[in-house]
Amino acid sequence: MEGYIPELKELIKRVEATRPARVERAKRNEHFPALTMQQREEWLNLYHPDYKKDGRRAVRIGPNKGAVLPEEVASLLESSSRIDSNAIDLSRVDYTADVLVIGGGGAGTAAAIMAQEAGCKAIISTKLRHGDSNTVMAEGGIQGADQECDSPYCHYLDVVGGGHFTNRPDLVAALTNDAPLIISWLEDMGMMFDKLPDGRMKVRHGGGTSRKRMHSAGDMTGAEIMRVLRDEARNRHWDITVLEFTPAVELLLDSDGGCAGAILYNLETKEFYIVRAKAVIIASGGFGRLHIQGFPTTNHYGATADGVVMAYRAGVAVSELDSTQYHPTGAVFPEQNVGLLITEKVRGLGAQLLNIEGEEFCFALEPRDVESTCIIRECVDQGKGVMTPVGRIGVWLDSPMIDLLHGEGTVKKELPAKYIQFKRYGIDISKEPMLIYPTLHYQNGGLVINDEGGTSLRGLFSAGEVTGGVHGRNRLMGNSLLDILVFGRRAGMSAAEYAKKDDKTKVTLTLAHIDRFERELKDAGIEGAVRGPLLLPDYTPDHVRVRRANKE
Amino acid sequence: MAEDKKKKIKPLATGDKTIPPEGAKMISIYIMGREYRVPETLTILKAVEYAGYRYVRGCGCRGGICGACGTFYRYLGDYRLKTGLACQTVAEPNMVIVQLPFFPANRPNYTLEGMGGDLHGELRRLYPEVFKCVGCGTCTRTCPMDIDVMDYISLMKRGDLKGAAEKSFDCVMCGLCAGRCPAQISQFNAAMFVRRLYGRFMASKAAHLSKRVDEVQSGKYAIMLEDLTKADSDDIKRLYIEREREPDMSEPGGWMPEDTSHL
Ligand SMILES: Cc1cc2nc3c(=O)[nH]c(=O)nc-3n(C[C@H](O)[C@H](O)[C@H](O)COP(=O)(O)OP(=O)(O)OC[C@H]3O[C@@H](n4cnc5c(N)ncnc54)[C@H](O)[C@@H]3O)c2cc1C
Ligand code: SF4
Ligand code: SF4
Ligand code: FES
Repeated sequence: MEGYIPELKELIKRVEATRPARVERAKRNEHFPALTMQQREEWLNLYHPDYKKDGRRAVRIGPNKGAVLPEEVASLLESSSRIDSNAIDLSRVDYTADVLVIGGGGAGTAAAIMAQEAGCKAIISTKLRHGDSNTVMAEGGIQGADQECDSPYCHYLDVVGGGHFTNRPDLVAALTNDAPLIISWLEDMGMMFDKLPDGRMKVRHGGGTSRKRMHSAGDMTGAEIMRVLRDEARNRHWDITVLEFTPAVELLLDSDGGCAGAILYNLETKEFYIVRAKAVIIASGGFGRLHIQGFPTTNHYGATADGVVMAYRAGVAVSELDSTQYHPTGAVFPEQNVGLLITEKVRGLGAQLLNIEGEEFCFALEPRDVESTCIIRECVDQGKGVMTPVGRIGVWLDSPMIDLLHGEGTVKKELPAKYIQFKRYGIDISKEPMLIYPTLHYQNGGLVINDEGGTSLRGLFSAGEVTGGVHGRNRLMGNSLLDILVFGRRAGMSAAEYAKKDDKTKVTLTLAHIDRFERELKDAGIEGAVRGPLLLPDYTPDHVRVRRANKE
Repeated sequence: MAEDKKKKIKPLATGDKTIPPEGAKMISIYIMGREYRVPETLTILKAVEYAGYRYVRGCGCRGGICGACGTFYRYLGDYRLKTGLACQTVAEPNMVIVQLPFFPANRPNYTLEGMGGDLHGELRRLYPEVFKCVGCGTCTRTCPMDIDVMDYISLMKRGDLKGAAEKSFDCVMCGLCAGRCPAQISQFNAAMFVRRLYGRFMASKAAHLSKRVDEVQSGKYAIMLEDLTKADSDDIKRLYIEREREPDMSEPGGWMPEDTSHL
């Protein structure tokens, strides 16, 4: 596998031919005109996968009965419990905690740290290792209005505009107000932000921002955040117990209907554990691994919507779960990199999107759904995409412009991980463009929360990608890392406060809500429902499945 | 075609399942010594799945950044031991593969609060073994991220914590280096500690940030934001459209908008 095949090399010549003039224009701050509001709407309706009817249906039971959702999501919301409530003895409690956090990504770890700081003992249940999450994968950066030309007010407008004015205003206010506090919290914990020598944050634009407020740590911003948070949680291990490879599979309620713990599942010994907790926080992340409409995904292995499934059964409603973010720039060449995210930072640094002719066809920093729509349209409707040898289609992302705009070596310095990931296959992205196409990236909607991270279920809190409302129907880059920390911290503090309120050691644990839900399934005539939560995707190839036929 | 697609939608994920193109060349790999036939060009991770394994450990991000999938391998008949991340390394004929999903590394506890004086001394106190590095270079040869591990360890020894922090920055904490170190050093945990020391105590603080934190804490933006949450949707749309955009080529801190009323 050595670099681009001759056919593609030939096409790259067209990109090179138009490059000098494009660079000159970019230096003069002239860019391709952005779409008008009307055009945005028209094109979204025509080309964005979310706006199509295929592969969606109404969910038949539960708090959002009747809502039209992607098939993959609807069938999990209608899934049947992994647990036989008659076979489990809820008086045999295996663990107790003040606060149980479900999910050891950024939101969950921030929540646990804050709960601990408020004097609580916390347990983090997590599916893979602590930190194996979407958080660790975030590359581009985290927003926060801390420069003189900027303010939470400007940030607020960018967020709601990017979300097409469908965001929950109270959540956006909390998000943008707390942002500088979060950046400062991370700085205090020793996170290595990209800074100028005098300490000023090196901020950049992201899609849909009016001010430069994207903070970064190389192109490993999420990894740096995650490893710092995890390290801090480990320093407090006498108060924060982490149970790895032990995901939650069901919430436990008390006899008054409040949340009072969860059932965890040891993926290795196949045991179920009963955890009694005074408060529970769901921070289990997104659903990329459901591969909505068969799209590849950028998400980590454990992104299977478990938190939504568990809470839905316990009566918590969801919002905007029909809205999925397709990241405009997923790699489509070479095959090994398919689905790999090419951070928006590449465009923030000036790389443009080009069709097979080497021509620009859209403004490179539109909000993500608009950008994805432009790319899909250029390929599917205009027929100006580039075809790979295995029949994938994409457009060029002209990364070599970056060195021309910002000086030799910028690509290597600002995008070290991407540089290595392509270099491995013989492609030098500071000299040759990348081939990209939209990929399934982010769960826009999720559990309904209030601005303190509380849910409609007493004792249950939630934060992060598993929740909905903050970003409305579209999220801007850098606002999710922010979201998980703002609401992770708020949920942690609220849960701690709730846990401390009155004596909750005497409550009786029940699974009555599961029995009720199973009855609803039956009454709705839903038979042979899949088991949920899904926990892990199944990539067993057909030839293996055939040979296992008798077993599975 | 459209109808066809509709029927095919299944609740279980399919988007990452390998479907080799017609006529794909098959190669032999040896997963923990046992031979399997897999199509060429797959990463080790996908090849192992193609062979029929379903990961619990040893697989996290599938994108080269979490460090869950550290792998040792050799080619049949070749004495040299190699390493890679399973999700980033292409499976090649006659590879004999084992993943190292966990390694018992040393990680002493500490609190950053109260440090800040003799940082090199703190390192010596927590990780005395770092100073016993024998300079064999095995860690550097082992690192799948091509980090010069021995170099950052020697920078630590010398007290150049900034250098060590920067040189270790790309570490994904896979643990392979620690697995091979004759001096029994857990390099990546020591590096994590040093990076936090650097970020907290050595890198210059962002003055504009602490100023903004004070402003937020004084409640300066609460009213502005509340007004926005109450504004009707036409007003919000108008404000959105009228935003001034900071020019692409401006230096951070070097530009101010014309309307400064909401800063
Ligand atoms: C490739 C990529 C790049 C991104 N880049 C950016 C960016 O530049 N800027 C930005 O702001 N955002 C970015 N995002 C989005 C952002 O990283 C995520 O939305 C965010 O980190 C989610 O954090 P979280 O804590 O809610 O979920 P996660 O970080 O995914 O953590 C959830 C955790 O819960 C665990 N879990 C799941 N189910 C269970 C269960 N049943 N029981 C127990 N544990 C469970 C998971 O394994 C995981 O560890 C990116 C996302 C991806 C995938
Ligand atoms: S330094 Fe060690 S732990 Fe870090 S990536 Fe390299 S081998 Fe893995
Ligand atoms: S492997 Fe251990 S002893 Fe050898 S150079 Fe690396 S840190 Fe030093
Ligand atoms: S699975 Fe995360 S680095 Fe390979």
